[in-house]
Amino acid sequence: MKNMDNGTTSPIGRGKKQWDILVIDDEQVIIDAVVKICSSENFSVDSAIDAQNALIKLVKNYYRLIICDIMMPGMDGFDFLNELMERKITSPVIMTTGFSTVDNAVRSLYNGAIDFIPKPFTSDELLNSVIRGMKYLKIQSLLKNQRDDSAVVYVPCPAKYYRLGYSSWASEESTGSILIGATDLFIKTIENFSGIDLLSTDEELIQGNSCAYFKDQSERIYPLLSPVTGRILETNQEAAKDKTLLEKDPYFEGWLYRLLPSDSEYELKKLINCSSDRL
Amino acid sequence: MSKKIGFKLIFIVGIAAVLIIGIFSFYNIRSQSDALQAEVERHANQLSETVKHSTRYDMLLNQRDRIHTIINTIGKQPGIHDVRVLNKEGEIIYSSHEQDIGKMVDKNAESCYACHAANEPLERLPIKERTRIFYNDSSRVLGIINPIYNESSCWTAECHAHLKNQTVLGVLDVTISLTDVDEQIKRGEINTVIFALSAVAALSLLIGLFVKKWVDKPVKELVNATREIGTGNLNYVINEKKTDEFGMLAKSFNNMTKKLSEARVQLFQSDKMASLGRLAAGVAHEINNPLTGVLTYSSFLLKKTVNNPEINEDLKVIVRETKRSREIVKSLLDFARQSVPKKNNVNIEEIINKAVSVVENQLSINHIELIKNIEKDIPQVTVDSNQMQQVFINLLVNASDAIGSKGGKINLSASVIKLSPYGITHIKQAVCPKRHDLIDNETKIDGMPSIKLKVYSNGTQGYINLDPVYGRSNHIFHFPMNLEKDYKLVCPKCEISLMEEGKRCPDCNAPVYSFEVPSRGNVQGCLGKNCSWQKWEAVDLGGQKDYLEIKISDSGCGIPKENLSKIFEPFYSTKGQKGTGLGLSVIWGIIDNHNGTIKVESEVNKGTTFIIHLPINQN
Repeated sequence: MKNMDNGTTSPIGRGKKQWDILVIDDEQVIIDAVVKICSSENFSVDSAIDAQNALIKLVKNYYRLIICDIMMPGMDGFDFLNELMERKITSPVIMTTGFSTVDNAVRSLYNGAIDFIPKPFTSDELLNSVIRGMKYLKIQSLLKNQRDDSAVVYVPCPAKYYRLGYSSWASEESTGSILIGATDLFIKTIENFSGIDLLSTDEELIQGNSCAYFKDQSERIYPLLSPVTGRILETNQEAAKDKTLLEKDPYFEGWLYRLLPSDSEYELKKLINCSSDRL
Repeated sequence: MSKKIGFKLIFIVGIAAVLIIGIFSFYNIRSQSDALQAEVERHANQLSETVKHSTRYDMLLNQRDRIHTIINTIGKQPGIHDVRVLNKEGEIIYSSHEQDIGKMVDKNAESCYACHAANEPLERLPIKERTRIFYNDSSRVLGIINPIYNESSCWTAECHAHLKNQTVLGVLDVTISLTDVDEQIKRGEINTVIFALSAVAALSLLIGLFVKKWVDKPVKELVNATREIGTGNLNYVINEKKTDEFGMLAKSFNNMTKKLSEARVQLFQSDKMASLGRLAAGVAHEINNPLTGVLTYSSFLLKKTVNNPEINEDLKVIVRETKRSREIVKSLLDFARQSVPKKNNVNIEEIINKAVSVVENQLSINHIELIKNIEKDIPQVTVDSNQMQQVFINLLVNASDAIGSKGGKINLSASVIKLSPYGITHIKQAVCPKRHDLIDNETKIDGMPSIKLKVYSNGTQGYINLDPVYGRSNHIFHFPMNLEKDYKLVCPKCEISLMEEGKRCPDCNAPVYSFEVPSRGNVQGCLGKNCSWQKWEAVDLGGQKDYLEIKISDSGCGIPKENLSKIFEPFYSTKGQKGTGLGLSVIWGIIDNHNGTIKVESEVNKGTTFIIHLPINQN
């Protein structure tokens, strides 16, 4: 959340080396794979074998994006996120873990990570997330450089909505059902957004697991993580057909599913209350 | 044990019999001997009067020879010890023992004592006081004195032997031997003793036979059964045919073993699930890292080799199969994840209805009729509504699969019942007053981590692993000492005492230990020999607790007996490619995490019933 408020893109200190990506994982094979994949797309990648090492590197260098494992010896991913916040390091973080529980995913996004990729992931799943991260940086720098409020960069979530990090939102309806959809920022981080694949009615969604697949023109797939658990009562066929509906009005006309929540009271507590974004 | 009871009974009844017969015969013999003695007394008196009267005439005539003859004749009668006449001075004038004639009798002699006890001699004596019993050469003798009073004919007699102013002229003393009477009394006594002894013997024999037939046998059977159960054979059943207390005991014993065996299965399953969950989580995590290596590299290569169809096809297989592995690991993680239910107070009927609405379609397609029978006003239960819904959906889908497409019935009922906690409740946590964990994961009793304590007794020390099931005592002792009298239990880490000062076991009077179950109060118990006393107030307080019982029964194909014990195990499936085999194990895990139990009853070709018990919180 903090990243969004004081988002900066290039606070490059004197003599600091600039890297595109820092990957932190206690498994060398994963570091190697990430380096290989990201390098192939011409990103410069540095690595650290644990969070302590990463923090040392973060003093010396500037990284635009950080990919961090959650379960590591010593300082774990969540502690690392907090440490970043304390040091006011605003580089977006993508969390990943082999122990991909609902809790880990939701907690990552709650604590400020921009995305969560469960292990094992394919090279595309990783790259797509990285590309979205880079786009996110661009949006943040736009926001930073734009001194006045003349143009809207992205529409924040309405009050009384709940959001799962920057990806999805949930809104309680008076009938007890819940509407969910993608945040404007999530849609904006997809360049050349071309359309979505939705699940069908009666399928079960699980909080923190993929619930819809956003696509761009180069057929990249960006999964949207569900904000709550529940059974799909209704899918917004209009939105599935017409992607402009999502782009124009992501919070009302551009909803994705109407859910019968299984335990919204508990799950909504783990989401960020959008009313607090406006303070 | 049974012999002891028999002996005790015989001992007690024997003592009672001896006492009763003893007291009775004591009074009986006494009254009999009193009566006999009175009879002898009367007889002696009569004799004495007869002698007196028959000699009266001769006395008046002073014909001493005749008197001698009469006295001698009478004195020689059997049973009569002596007949003599004393004059006032105490001189023996006549006696059946002639050598005594002329001898003086001391005033203190037993024949004179009655009158001469006072300083002034008494002149008139009642009959009772005239008799006396004394020993003569170890045999008892009864003596009766008969004073001879002065009468006018005496002083007017020709011999002028007596003066007119004399009151008593002499004494006729008759003594009768009591040997016969004594012998009779003795015979009576001996008879009584023989009677008492034979009565006790007969009673003992009767009691012995009774105990052997009615107590010994059933107790032996019970002991056998406990031994069998102690060795782990919980299927052992005792004959319940008797209608007495032993029959009732047998019934409740069988009931207990049944419950015990159910509880053991539950606990065993619980432990297995928990460790499997941990294992699954660990394996999933460990496998995911290498899988990431495979998947990233292969998917990366896949993109790079678009122009090389041959390699590309192979790589596609690698990526596809790795993704499949990913799904398998994910389902394993889903299985392990049920450990933390998100509980809320909910209405079970709502959850059931939600679950039913999900499967309704499938049921109607298969022509299955669902009959719901939910008790009204069921109190709310604290459950994870999502997980519970999953349980019902899975069970309903299983039921539907068991019935198949030929159609059938599913009964779903929910009601409130009462169950007791003793001997079932698992002590999952235990700490000393300094909050050291007492749970020992390395020593397990029936698959559950035990409670490890240090013991001091008679100057030696050792360890004990307590059974973690409340009310059960399969403890493991790591020392050869005897704990009967005095012992002290301490925390193995900080040595703080775990004894309740001044408190004693109400069953065996041994010292009482106590440890805390965090947020659930203290468990007290004793280690007395053969004593299994334990008290956990927080759990007992509720006594029998309310449980929600949910039954789901189908009219499907049923489960063969040999498979019933396996159905809750992960990866056990009869659906072949259709299922993962995780469904029922997941259900089992969910119910266990809600402190509930699930069991299954099934008959091939008749159907299967799943029974779920969930605790209802009383507040």
